[in-house]
Amino acid sequence: MPILATRRMTKRFGGLVAIRALDLEVEERSIHSVIGPNGAGKTTLFNCVTGFYRPDEGEIRFGGQRIDGLRPDEIAHLGIARTYQNIRLFANMTVLENVLVGLHMHLRSTWVGAVVGSPAVRREERWAHGEARRLLEFVGLGGRLNFLARNLPYGEQRKLELARALATRPKLLLLDEPTAGMNPAETQEMIQFIRRLRDELGITILLIEHHMRVVMTISDRVTVLDYGEKISEGTPQQVQADPRVIEAYLGTRKVAAEALG
Amino acid sequence: MWRVGLVFGAVACFLSLAGLVEALHARWVVDGWVSAGQVLLGSLLVGAGAVSARRARTPGVGRIGAGLVAGATAGATLGLLVWLSRQVDLRSVFVNASPTLLQLLSAGRAPDEAWLGWTLLGIVLGGLGAGAAAAPRRAVGPLATGLGTAVGLALFQELVLLVLQPEGLAPVRDWLFVAGGGPTVQGAAVVFAVATGGASVWQAVRARPSRVAVLPPRVARAVWVGVGLAALAALPVAGGPFVAQVLVIVGLYTLMGLGLNLEVGLAGLLDLGFVAFFAIGAYTVGLLTSVGEHGIAHWSFWAAVPVAVLVSLVAGVVLGIPVLGIRGDYLAIATLGFGEIVRLLVLSDALRPWVGGSQGVLAIPKPVLAGFEFSGPQHLYYLTVVASAVVAFVAWRLQDSRLGRAWMAIREDEDVAEALGINLVSVKLLAYGLGAAFAGMGGAIFAVMVGSVFPHSFQLLISIQVVALIIVGGMGSIPGVLVGSLILIGLPELLREFGEFRFLVYGVALVAMMLLRPEGLLPAAAQRRELRALEEGAEPVAVAAQEAVVEGGL
Repeated sequence: MPILATRRMTKRFGGLVAIRALDLEVEERSIHSVIGPNGAGKTTLFNCVTGFYRPDEGEIRFGGQRIDGLRPDEIAHLGIARTYQNIRLFANMTVLENVLVGLHMHLRSTWVGAVVGSPAVRREERWAHGEARRLLEFVGLGGRLNFLARNLPYGEQRKLELARALATRPKLLLLDEPTAGMNPAETQEMIQFIRRLRDELGITILLIEHHMRVVMTISDRVTVLDYGEKISEGTPQQVQADPRVIEAYLGTRKVAAEALG
Repeated sequence: MWRVGLVFGAVACFLSLAGLVEALHARWVVDGWVSAGQVLLGSLLVGAGAVSARRARTPGVGRIGAGLVAGATAGATLGLLVWLSRQVDLRSVFVNASPTLLQLLSAGRAPDEAWLGWTLLGIVLGGLGAGAAAAPRRAVGPLATGLGTAVGLALFQELVLLVLQPEGLAPVRDWLFVAGGGPTVQGAAVVFAVATGGASVWQAVRARPSRVAVLPPRVARAVWVGVGLAALAALPVAGGPFVAQVLVIVGLYTLMGLGLNLEVGLAGLLDLGFVAFFAIGAYTVGLLTSVGEHGIAHWSFWAAVPVAVLVSLVAGVVLGIPVLGIRGDYLAIATLGFGEIVRLLVLSDALRPWVGGSQGVLAIPKPVLAGFEFSGPQHLYYLTVVASAVVAFVAWRLQDSRLGRAWMAIREDEDVAEALGINLVSVKLLAYGLGAAFAGMGGAIFAVMVGSVFPHSFQLLISIQVVALIIVGGMGSIPGVLVGSLILIGLPELLREFGEFRFLVYGVALVAMMLLRPEGLLPAAAQRRELRALEEGAEPVAVAAQEAVVEGGL
């Protein structure tokens, strides 16, 4: 059974149809990429899955349960986390605090407990700080705990956003262009990192990516969107060979063939 | 550089015509020698020199030159005002352009002589300012502190005299102050010397890289806390009822500030109707304890306070529900409406039989604890200090908790916070409710302080002042709230004499604050933590900027 499935999901903005009757299935523990030209509806898909938009028609199931119509925080509780195309950190909070916010829903303390300073609350805070440090070590930010997020260099901001998403302990992680603006070495590192997430932590990855080389290296399956419709789906090899993809995605065959390498 | 001079000159002219210079002229800084008004004008000329020297591109002589030119321009601009005042009757437009002011500005000389005099004075003082800007900090800093203290001695003369009231201190009093006048020459000189010396010593101690610890840090901290508590307890005794009264008001604003800080500083929910909760707390205590016409229960203050806090909390949540989905500027306007609604409700005829309309609720008895009545401001002071301490402790615990982090997260990015599993509804309602509860506590004390509550006491202005003191103190910073209310509420109360210029200075202070130090005087913990992490020598700079603003604010 797929961990995430949309059935005939449609999202409109006024007259514009951003996503039209999309059927998408993401297998558990797979790395699944969504590609398509700008404006194809990729980020809208993410926003629908995370509950930020409500689809106009169709349904979304996560682990068999309907999630369309739930609030974003309810969906997060079910185990979906995401990162953003333009990094969205809590800029004026420290690196450690950013991750602690990610742990929010795994903590139980109430405001009364916090004011009183009960042993249970203190124990939980100690645990949370330890957990946050561990996560930051995992992404390679162990030495940056007390920096303000906004003062981190770009690459580290990406890592912090990942650590924050991982803190929610997701089953499904949506990554919106995780290698945007990275040089080849950093990109390679990110590919390795995403693989580790799947192999070591068992997290299913749904990925939006423009770097074709990344998509083709990393993905188990690729879905191609164009003008809100799915025009192709399959393994990287199948998609690469699909004439409709080549035509729709990049116009002329020659450029497309080069780009898809 | 002449532009800087022109700006400073224009400011000097404006302050003169607004009447501030004349008002300050009534105050001697050194009796018979220099008045506070003259100090103000002089410091503007020095400022012109310092600012333009700092902005000059060329180092060394070029800087001094820039300072001289700016000072001369500023002086000449002021001189022009004197000349102009002889040609046309300024008073028909500027009511404050009184003969006294013109006498002060022209020093009894002919217009062209006065003009030349101001220009020359501008050159001298501008050069001085430029020199100060070019000189090393450690030389200028203590001198500036010394001068500031000497001026402070004059401005807070009444306060100092109040402390020196006891007969035994009469010799000190007579030595420091001319009877019925300002500080004596020797008094001002000694205060200046002591402050300068103290500042240099302090600087030297701080600058030493490895300080020799006299006491183990734990003990040292305990000593500091003890000294602080003793000073806090002694303040109203030493200062008398007037100072105690001012401190009670500062305390009430601190309570409100701590509450609003949860909403604005931590959760980023701008609330311009905050006075409503203060009013609700005050009315609840009033109605529950009053022995007059509108009293409904004749409870004791101590029983009424928890109820007042609870009622305010509920009111905060009730306000929160309709504005949950509103963000930013729109939220400010919506809450503004709420503040006015509460004030107009208690003023209305419909509720008059219960809350007394514009007459308000009268005859609220003072709190009594084990036979001791908190009658005067000196007693209420202790009540306020304890309440503020409790509330500050609660705020501090909340800030570092799971809830505090969630508040900061929604301040930074609401959508992302929600996507991380934070329930916006409950988190926001808790911010509104707890913030309102703090203000309700302040209102409760306000009711017994005044002994009656009227709608008139709960103007929009109070909400705005609370927002302003949070901004000045530093958004999201708990000590910042106290500093903000001391500066924005305490100082103007102490300087009542210049009360009519209160909002002029207020406005200038706020604009200067936003330009020079937008993070506030005592920024929130996260920023300081980072400074420590960076281990830069950033702290002295921050302190210097702080002093500059404090002096500017006066």
